[in-house]
Amino acid sequence: MAILVDESTRLVVQGITGREGGFHAAQMAAYGTNVVAGVSPGKGGLKVLDSVPVYDTVRQAVKEAGANTSIIFVPAPNALDAVLESIDAGIRLTVIITEHVPPSDTWRAVNYAARRGVRLIGPNCPGVISPGKAKVGIMPASVFKRGGVGVVSRSGTLTYEVSLQLTKSGLGQSSVVGIGGDPIVGTGFKDVLEMFEKDVETHAVVLIGEIGGDAEEKAAAYISEHLSKPVVAYIAGRTAPPGKRMGHAGAIVSGTEGTVEAKTKAFTEAGVAVAKTPSEIPALIARATRR
Amino acid sequence: MKLYEHEAKKIFRDIGIPTPLGEVVTSVEEAKRAYARLAQRSVVVKAQVLVGGRGKAGGIKFASNVEEVESAAKTLLGSEIKGERVGAVLIEPKLDISRELYLGVTWDRSERSPVVIASSEGGVNIEGVAKTKPDAIKRVHVDPEIGFKPFMGRLLASSIGLTGRVLQSFADIASKMYSLFDGFDAELVESNPLALTSQGEIVAADARLNIVDDALFRHKEFSNNSDERLAEYSVLERKARQLGVQYVELDGSIGIIGNGAGLTMATLDLIKYYGGEPANFLDAGGGSSEEEFMQALSILNENPNVRLVFVNILAGITRCDDVARAIVKARISLGMSKPFVIRLAGTNEEEGRRILAASGINVYSDMDEAAKKAVEAASKV
Repeated sequence: MAILVDESTRLVVQGITGREGGFHAAQMAAYGTNVVAGVSPGKGGLKVLDSVPVYDTVRQAVKEAGANTSIIFVPAPNALDAVLESIDAGIRLTVIITEHVPPSDTWRAVNYAARRGVRLIGPNCPGVISPGKAKVGIMPASVFKRGGVGVVSRSGTLTYEVSLQLTKSGLGQSSVVGIGGDPIVGTGFKDVLEMFEKDVETHAVVLIGEIGGDAEEKAAAYISEHLSKPVVAYIAGRTAPPGKRMGHAGAIVSGTEGTVEAKTKAFTEAGVAVAKTPSEIPALIARATRR
Repeated sequence: MKLYEHEAKKIFRDIGIPTPLGEVVTSVEEAKRAYARLAQRSVVVKAQVLVGGRGKAGGIKFASNVEEVESAAKTLLGSEIKGERVGAVLIEPKLDISRELYLGVTWDRSERSPVVIASSEGGVNIEGVAKTKPDAIKRVHVDPEIGFKPFMGRLLASSIGLTGRVLQSFADIASKMYSLFDGFDAELVESNPLALTSQGEIVAADARLNIVDDALFRHKEFSNNSDERLAEYSVLERKARQLGVQYVELDGSIGIIGNGAGLTMATLDLIKYYGGEPANFLDAGGGSSEEEFMQALSILNENPNVRLVFVNILAGITRCDDVARAIVKARISLGMSKPFVIRLAGTNEEEGRRILAASGINVYSDMDEAAKKAVEAASKV
């Protein structure tokens, strides 16, 4: 089991001849991910990483290489086109790594994906890893270990930090999903929580949130209604001053909404333990799963 | 990118949204001449700044003779509103407002779509209305297949109690504001207040148009004068923007550099948790090179409030040895003498540790231990 990506993943890398796309295609293949194709318009016929065929279109990658999952490294001005092409070709899961995609583009892609019944993750995200099975993302593989904790996060490096601390405490992960820090994303906390609830390999969930917006509050409401598995949350941005933007477009505090206090309250009321520091998370998970 | 009020109003007028016809001036003499040309007794003098909360901070003055205009312009021009210097004021005829409405378009994260928001209770307290009387705020979400259609504007107008000719003009303005939102790749198009005058006209008394930074590649007309739009930032914050790193100044004394926004925010929180006060937020980004990292260090070197620098790197794409070399170089070529506390983990951690050890710098691999040490060391600097 695990969620989203595993041994059945057949990955096409859109933008495989670019610097980032090429580097991470190699890293993912080295991890054991089944990288079956690359797409780079005008470069069809090439072979990369010894034997991976490059196609001009995603349609060819699906037809000829049997791709069922895509990861996108295409630069922001062309990212929307690449996502629409992936959806159009019938790819069931598209992970968008690209940063700085305008929200109006994401909005159109999300809408098309919903109509075609396929899933988008990101943009501006680290991707998904199911340790020991497949990595469809840019995360450093060394911090993860196979196990029973599901991790879902709006952040990138903070996800690696939390996973590292879990791993050091002997708590492996079933799947780790970075949903991305943009205001509009393809997959939210709720969707991932639902998948973790159904996944037999996942025994507990860590949710890593940030200040701004109300995604954490909505997640808390969903958890109290639908989750039987224990959840531990951590929210970054306690010290962020109101009105200032700290990196992610998502991390904006305005007034009292979206503050760490409001989110902590929502989680506590939903029976979710909230860690004050990332290093508290493993102990809270251990305590929650013992019960 | 935020536009000034007078720029947003010009765009509103060009698409046919009524606004007061005013003049932008940068000196007291010009203000007096503009007042004479307006040939209106009562005017409003408005500081042109990008920070929010201008009205409550004293940035809007009323005047009914040339002496009052002179005094308002004198007070505002060159003053600072929430740290932003006022370089220009907008002088407009004062409207005869019978009611303050609200109309805005922005992104709704949870619905994952644009939302057009209307209220019959506009004005400076709109956020209070949203909290205490949520029913007074009406919303329409937009489907990309359909767009914002005229009937949706009428629906909003009707739902906030408008009728007749006023309903029609409100609906028309809603459609036009949505067109601006879509056409300019905005994150916010707003008029608050949208004034209903005693004559039954609707006029945008204020106008805001903020363009999504990530969409500026499609709007090159705004790229030329991007520097002047950075007036709301400090000198070092501007330098950081030019370097492409995210940097925000805070009140404490512990300088912080992390990689990734989430980890950097968590680092600030941890410093605070252990009793320290962060001087800044600086996200050097994923995959920054040795040179880029040194540039980031130079920002903290120039910030006089920074007494100690805490570097927290969990390297994925970033490489610990690049970070280590940047730190060693910064100490030599920038003459950076501020003490460091460094946490390195991840890609090429051992090599980074070795490089710093050769320069006599100790490196931590655990984030908590390093944060505690940074707080303790900062209290002794």
